[in-house]
Amino acid sequence: MTGVMEAEFRAKRAAGRKLLVPYVTGGLHGWQAAVRAAAAAGADAVEIGIPFSDPVMDGPVIQMASQQALEAGATPLSIFDDLRHIDVSIPIAVMCYYNTVHHAGVERFAAQLVAAGVVAAIVPDLPLEESGPWCAAADAAGIETVMLAAPTAPDDRLPRVAARARGFLYSVGLLGVTGERERLASTATELARRLKAITDVPVLVGVGVSNAVQAREAVQVADGVIQGASVVRRLLDDGPDAVGEYIAEVRAAIDH
Amino acid sequence: MTLMSAPSDTGRFGEFGGRFVPETLVPACQDLEAAFRDAWADPAFRDELATVLRDYAGRPSILTECHNLSKQLGIRLVLKREDLNHTGSHKINNVLGQTLLARRMGKQRLVAETGAGQHGVASATAAALFGMECKVYMGAVDVQRQALNVFRMKLLGSEVEAVHSGSRTLKDAVNEAMRDWVATVETTHYCLGSVMGPHPYPWMVREFHRVIGDEAHAQCHELLGDVPDFAVACVGGGSNAIGIFSGFVDERTRLIGVEPAGGAAVGRGQPGVVHGMRSYLMQDEYGQVQEAHSISAGLDYPGVGPEHSYLASIGRAEYPTVTDAEVIEAFQLMARSEGIIPALECAHALAWIVRAAPSMQGATVLMNLSGRGDKDVNQMMDVLAL
Repeated sequence: MTGVMEAEFRAKRAAGRKLLVPYVTGGLHGWQAAVRAAAAAGADAVEIGIPFSDPVMDGPVIQMASQQALEAGATPLSIFDDLRHIDVSIPIAVMCYYNTVHHAGVERFAAQLVAAGVVAAIVPDLPLEESGPWCAAADAAGIETVMLAAPTAPDDRLPRVAARARGFLYSVGLLGVTGERERLASTATELARRLKAITDVPVLVGVGVSNAVQAREAVQVADGVIQGASVVRRLLDDGPDAVGEYIAEVRAAIDH
Repeated sequence: MTLMSAPSDTGRFGEFGGRFVPETLVPACQDLEAAFRDAWADPAFRDELATVLRDYAGRPSILTECHNLSKQLGIRLVLKREDLNHTGSHKINNVLGQTLLARRMGKQRLVAETGAGQHGVASATAAALFGMECKVYMGAVDVQRQALNVFRMKLLGSEVEAVHSGSRTLKDAVNEAMRDWVATVETTHYCLGSVMGPHPYPWMVREFHRVIGDEAHAQCHELLGDVPDFAVACVGGGSNAIGIFSGFVDERTRLIGVEPAGGAAVGRGQPGVVHGMRSYLMQDEYGQVQEAHSISAGLDYPGVGPEHSYLASIGRAEYPTVTDAEVIEAFQLMARSEGIIPALECAHALAWIVRAAPSMQGATVLMNLSGRGDKDVNQMMDVLAL
């Protein structure tokens, strides 16, 4: 059964809209206002980062945001509590490292997401081969598990990753961790193209899509983009309004 | 068939291990596993490694009977002298194995994490020997307390990057090395320094250190006429312990892995997933990894290799803890009694032996002296104010 987020994404894609998903670190000062601002500015879903002590897929900006959120006392449960009252109409996904899930227990964690109104989960250190227990619990609870596909994957691997993807397929834009880069890596469009050729699931490029120009370049091939470090940096430096302005700018660029 | 055989197809030792890495690294781990299986079954590779271990690292390492300490403690204490290997610790066994493997895979660059600096020095040494580029990540706290090893790495031509995130110790150095590897995986081999990380590392690194146990088994038969009653080693990630254990796991020998009180993954941890593996891990109620605190940079790690978690879970090995104060005593005791300055890491093993000696009178005790203490002298000058 197609989940809420995937159904919305497929419908929007069919209507010719490119998809825009900002990432906001949960528990960071101003994060809820940033989520509302992003939703109002045209985001199609929002990805809430659950801060973790050892974020190995994240570069300096999101590392710093995670550390600040943890120091401010954020926990998965406090973020879930806040999400219950966030009152935005777009789907909410969480991004969390696997120990957060494992420690809670896969079934309990899935139930916590459902109770918080979260519809999807992205677990960047849980590759296909290890994803069985979580995916079973998520499927049973109706949580869509977004799978990541990487530029290093050989051709025979991508269809298996795509087959397990729910919600959308996260096309990792480059070899490296999250963070802004001067140019969009050639791998970003190359991988998106490979994925588009083998799957009908919406393909969104994330990691290293750093501004409106790069987002526009990525959606020439992909169905949409994720905006992580560029959003979090604005939230850290300038606050929630700056996030709204930025998302409006990216929205305009990819709609153009 | 040994209890310490190959892990399952998914890299499990019992319920521990696995391969919890970002998707970007999955193909690299699969390639590494295939390359290791191929190389380890290839007599030419085994010969090449045995030759470099003998002619460059100085293996086999000797066994030393501690006559003075034995008399004081009422036991028969023998040391496996991994401190006498080139570069001053057991770490060179694994590094030479991985470097030959990396070369065989066509990788020209190494990245490594290091705590006390011994693995970093070994990696820098192998990179110099084989003409490879090497970058070592080291927590900023450890850069300060192990300054001698930082200089050695630089002298050997490696780049050392101080890591300022998190607890600024070994855990964070691993994070940063993994981040480097995610970005450079096509040209770079991650030369992981312990029996931890994603499959195949815990297995591969154990196999490269098996030489310690194999040698010690034969040497104990020659010296003691039997296997020892106890085999004792310190445990951070657990590579030197796994090496010595591998020689005695199928014998009656009691296996003791000594953890620092402030970094007791087995003693105080719960199963968790970090650094690519499921293993015992010090963590809070939400699964945030807790910071370890140990006088010894090499053991200042909140996790432990998955095979140790397995050996603990089935009761085959024991993992007691010792305090920093006991370690400082043991460090001096070995220096004054035997004329051997041990690494602070190894002083943990001796500290447990000293404490347990009254209950094991007359026993034969094999301790893995995995490294020498030169690197710790600066730090201990402040602690002891001699």
